[in-house]
This record gives sequence, structure tokens and C-alpha cells, in this order.
Amino acid sequence: MSKDRVVVVTGIGATTPVGGDAASTWSALLDGRSGVRTITEDWIDSVPVKFAGLSAVDPGDVLPRPEARRLDRAEQFALIAAREAWQDAGKPEVEPTRLGVAVGSGIGGITTILAAYDVFKEKGWNRLSPFTVPMLMPNGSAGWISIEIGAQAGTHSPVSACATGAEGIAYGVQMIKDGRADVVVAGGTEAAIHPLNIGSFAAMRAMSTRNDEPARASRPFDKGRDGFVLGEGAGIVVLESEEHARARGAKIYAVAAGAGYSSDAHHIAQPEPSGAGIQSAMRRALESAGLTGADIVHVNAHATSTPAGDVVETIAIKEAVGTHPLVTSTKSMTGHLLGGAGGIESVFTILALTERIVPPTINLDDLDDGIDVDIVRAEPRKLPGGQIAAVNNSFGFGGHNVAVAFTSV
Amino acid sequence: MALTEQEILAGLGKIVNEITGIPAVEVTPEKSFVDDLDIDSLSMVEIAVAAQDEFGVEIPDDQLKHLKTVKDVINFIQA
Repeated sequence: MSKDRVVVVTGIGATTPVGGDAASTWSALLDGRSGVRTITEDWIDSVPVKFAGLSAVDPGDVLPRPEARRLDRAEQFALIAAREAWQDAGKPEVEPTRLGVAVGSGIGGITTILAAYDVFKEKGWNRLSPFTVPMLMPNGSAGWISIEIGAQAGTHSPVSACATGAEGIAYGVQMIKDGRADVVVAGGTEAAIHPLNIGSFAAMRAMSTRNDEPARASRPFDKGRDGFVLGEGAGIVVLESEEHARARGAKIYAVAAGAGYSSDAHHIAQPEPSGAGIQSAMRRALESAGLTGADIVHVNAHATSTPAGDVVETIAIKEAVGTHPLVTSTKSMTGHLLGGAGGIESVFTILALTERIVPPTINLDDLDDGIDVDIVRAEPRKLPGGQIAAVNNSFGFGGHNVAVAFTSV
Repeated sequence: MALTEQEILAGLGKIVNEITGIPAVEVTPEKSFVDDLDIDSLSMVEIAVAAQDEFGVEIPDDQLKHLKTVKDVINFIQA
């Protein structure tokens, strides 16, 4: 197999805090609508953060009850987004041994673990669901998707905290480039809106506590930002060798041109202050894609609205790519989907190239000092015609940096 | 005040429907869980767990494997 096989995107799917599918999500982003709202669960008084990016459509309203009850919520999101992407790709006919899956979750089935432990303590082991293990394992989503579509080339689940979704897509691209598969369903999912997670992230002082204005809490690049906003959902793409896609006359959204990785080896949870690791990941993505900084017209930034991270990333973008790309953080509207972030944000990067428009970063009232890149504020902005390229950045606790590069068809 | 066969059957039908999506009306005494209702072994454990909660009986694993038909479960709960 040739190592220079071209990989294209032929299907997209997403379920997010702003929409139950990719199209409604995209339209909400272009409208600048926030999906962040007050949590009304009875546990809310036990945590200092009272809001989150709750999924716009509850997966329990989409999936049949017998199916939903044996899936963790993260698996429910993943299956919904994967079905949408698969359908969108035209349900490609592909030899099962040439069909792969690369879908991960940052945390896995944590709500299942906690609920199951309650059952265990209160009623004993023999009242546990026999699906407890497949629901809590972080590779569960990938496994269910592989069963659904009959994927036998290999099913993988990268776990790299908030870089997981991007790493899934990067892994899928590599599977095809390496000749291991012709089609790969790839992305990330997360369902972690639980008081223990909110309490734990709050213990790191990582979350916004803007309880009086939830929709204005996620404000990447803004001077007044005070932490990230937890979101939930999944973003999945269908990756395919260009040869395979052209042979079946598939609709092609974009080329998944390459990916770059690096790791900070600095701190388990804080970004390395010079942004050197982010620069490396972006440079490696460009190199892998055969692009230069000048080709990049748009960056979907990781920028989570934490005081420590956002400015460093813009400096790294300036160094690795330049000040010319239109930069946005869609987390201003969706919140931070952790392992799902790279999945949905790759979908947004692909749609930005296809539709030639970049959604805004909302809530950016007062640009922080030291930001020299061109951030899309308040209103969407158009991308140029012709051959263009864009990068999706995703970084995770543990020091993971992943950049995925896409080009227009 | 033991439950009647009809009451247990109705309760089982609800449980099977909840867990597998099979319409409760199809859950009739002569049906085999595996051969007729196409229920796998993990789902059978789910049904047993739910039945224990619903009817307040313990179904030990070594008994569960002998409960092939809906009627077997009804008999076990009544016994």
C-alpha cells in the first residue's frame, strides 16, 4: 500500500449542547447561540458551579429504551453521532476487514461507575446490571460502533483527556494512510456532567463560576474569563481513502490532510507557558499535510476559557502559522466537551472549509492582552475561495497536544 | 397472598419489554427465552435482576440456568 494515500471526509455527525445533529449545531454556531444553561438536578446545591452545556437533545429521547438502558450516556451520544455520520456518508459498502473505528472518551462511563457503586453498596453485587462493565469501559463506544457497522479492520480508543476526539480522528487518518483500512469512523464522545466531576474540576479551580450568567460564562480570549464550562455530546466523522470515496461517487467534504502530536512533559494539568508543545504539534500537522503556515486560513482553537491556556495558544498559533488565520473558539457556545471536543470541533473545522465561513467566538467583550492573532468575534466571517486549509487544535491534561489539518476539496 | 400466574406473567411481560423491547403480549408461558424470544444470556441476567426486585425472590445462578421458559420463571416465583 502506498503511504501517500489521500484521506477524505465523507460523513459528519454531532450531538452537542447547541443541536441534536451536525446541521442544527452548525446553524446555532453561526447564529452565535450558547448551549450553556443552568442545571436543575437536585444535586446542584452540592457543587459551586450551577451550569453546564447540557446536550440540546437528550439521547434517551432518540434511542429506543432497551438500547439506551445498556449504554452509558457517553456511548449513547457516540452511537447517535456515528449513525448520523454513517448515514451522511451514504452507508458506504466496504469490505468489513477494511473498515475501522477510532473513537474515544476522555473519562469513559463515569456516571455508570458511580451509579453502579450505589447499587452495589445498597443492594449487593447481584443487583448490578450485567452491562456495567461494557458501559463503564472507555472503549465501549468504539466497540458498539464497530458492531453496528461491522468494522473488522481494528477498533481503537485513544484516551488523552481533552485531546481524545482529535486523537481519534488523527488515528483514523493514519489507519487509512498506512493502508490498514479504506474507511474509518472516528471521533470522540463525553458525558461527564455529574456532581463528582464538577466538584473535582472545581477543586482544580479550573471551572467558571459565573453562576448568574451561564450563557456568558464560556468566554475564551476575554479578559474576564474565569474557567471552562463543562459540556457533553459527541462528534464523529467518516474518513475514507479518496480512491474508495471517488469509486463510489461519494460526496466529499474535505481532505483530512494530516495530523501532528506532541507532549509537554511539563505539568499534569497546566499548559506549558511558552506554548512550545502546541507549536510543535501544529508544525508537525502542517508537515504531515504537506502545507505551510501561509496555506492555513482558519484555526478552530482549543481555547477553553481558562486563564492559563487561551493566550498561550494564540502565541503558538502566531509562531507556528502566523497572525493571518481566522481563529475561533466554538467552546464559547458549546462549552468544553472534554474527550468529545476534538470530535465536534473537527466537524466544525470541516464545515468551515466546506461552507467557507467561520463561526464567532461569543462573549469576547474585552480581548486579553498579548493576543495578536485575528479572532472572529461576535459575527461569523467568510473564508476565501480557492484551495484553503484549516487546523483543529486539541490539548489535554497530561500534556497532550494534537493538531489535525484539513484542506478544501 | 401469593401472586397469581396472570399477575406474574404481566409483571414479567413488562420487565422483558423494558429490557429487550419485545412487546409484553409476546411474553407467554410456553415461550423459551432463548429460542423463541431471542434473548441472550446477559439480557437474561438483566431480566433475573429485575424480577428479583419486582417479585422479592432470590434467583441463584445455578437455578437461573434451568429457567428456560416463561412458565419456568413463573413456577419458580410461585414456589
